[in-house]
Amino acid sequence: MIRAKTYNDAKQQSHTNAELNWWIFMRISGVVLTFLILGHIWMTYVQVSEKDATFDAVVFKLQQPAWKLYDWLILSLSLLHGANGARYSIEDYVRSRPNRFWVKSIFYTLIAALFVFGTVGLFSI
Amino acid sequence: MHVNLKILRYNPEVDKKPHWETYNVECEPGDRVLDLLNHVKWYVEPTLTYRRSCAHGVCGSDAMLINGRNRLACKILIRDLTKDGGTITVEPIRGLKVEKDLLVDMDPFFESYRAVLPFFINDDPVPAGERLQTVEDRERFDQGTKCILCAACTTSCPIFWVNGRYLGPAAIVQAHRFIFDSRDKGTSERLNLLNQNTGVWRCRTAYNCTEACPREIPVTQLIEEVKRAIMYQQA
Repeated sequence: MIRAKTYNDAKQQSHTNAELNWWIFMRISGVVLTFLILGHIWMTYVQVSEKDATFDAVVFKLQQPAWKLYDWLILSLSLLHGANGARYSIEDYVRSRPNRFWVKSIFYTLIAALFVFGTVGLFSI
Repeated sequence: MHVNLKILRYNPEVDKKPHWETYNVECEPGDRVLDLLNHVKWYVEPTLTYRRSCAHGVCGSDAMLINGRNRLACKILIRDLTKDGGTITVEPIRGLKVEKDLLVDMDPFFESYRAVLPFFINDDPVPAGERLQTVEDRERFDQGTKCILCAACTTSCPIFWVNGRYLGPAAIVQAHRFIFDSRDKGTSERLNLLNQNTGVWRCRTAYNCTEACPREIPVTQLIEEVKRAIMYQQA
């Protein structure tokens, strides 16, 4: 075993399935997102006519709970999927521990803010 | 024919950083890069430093970055690299500390190798005869047995270059060789070692290792097989 030099290394070397679970999540969410987004494109751009391109029509559409849930699924899955992908890159390429801490803190805050604003925006219509 | 052998040289006692030096060498198209290096060392520049031992692609000593790809200097022919009057670049493998010229410190590489318990584990009483195995069971881990520990895969891995905490493809191939051996009993121990941020989950499937392997081991595929084995073990 590569010898743990810090508490963090030792913690990483202790037995946990976190990375395994993220790996599985990335595969499943990737496949699910593909179909969710293709369906979204289909319903937004193909399955509509010119008379749907009004303010009232859009508000009516976004008031339906099913549509809200659909959009919220895309929001949460894509944010989690993207955030984890970026976490991989940050852990690979940001080598200094203090820098990694700051980059991760700012990045996760940004993701959390996007999630909160998106959710509030979606469910306040 | 004549080729220009361009070598990235570094002498820690004199140089601050590595520099290129070019040697014009006469050779045959069927010569290997190792023959050219030997020619330079024996007749032109005796201070040139590199590893080589068997010179027949078995010992794995002379992996180096030749024309931008990790290869064994003793296996690659000049005619497959360049034409008459062309240039061949030779650099040390990346991600390991260069000690002199093409010689790198292999300690971190072998430390990772030792970390995955690369030996047969079975505490059952020793049978009277051999521990028999079906042809199919032997076939299961055949690819991993081809590894010669030349480090061409590990030092082609972009994650290994930037992150010293990754075990690297070669160590995982060695673990694969025992994990999928039906006679071996150390599977769960090895899978626990690899089920970590420093183990198989660092692999981002860049496929550099598969392209670099001089023994044509499908390295990335073996790493993915270990990932799946961990998934089924934990399920």
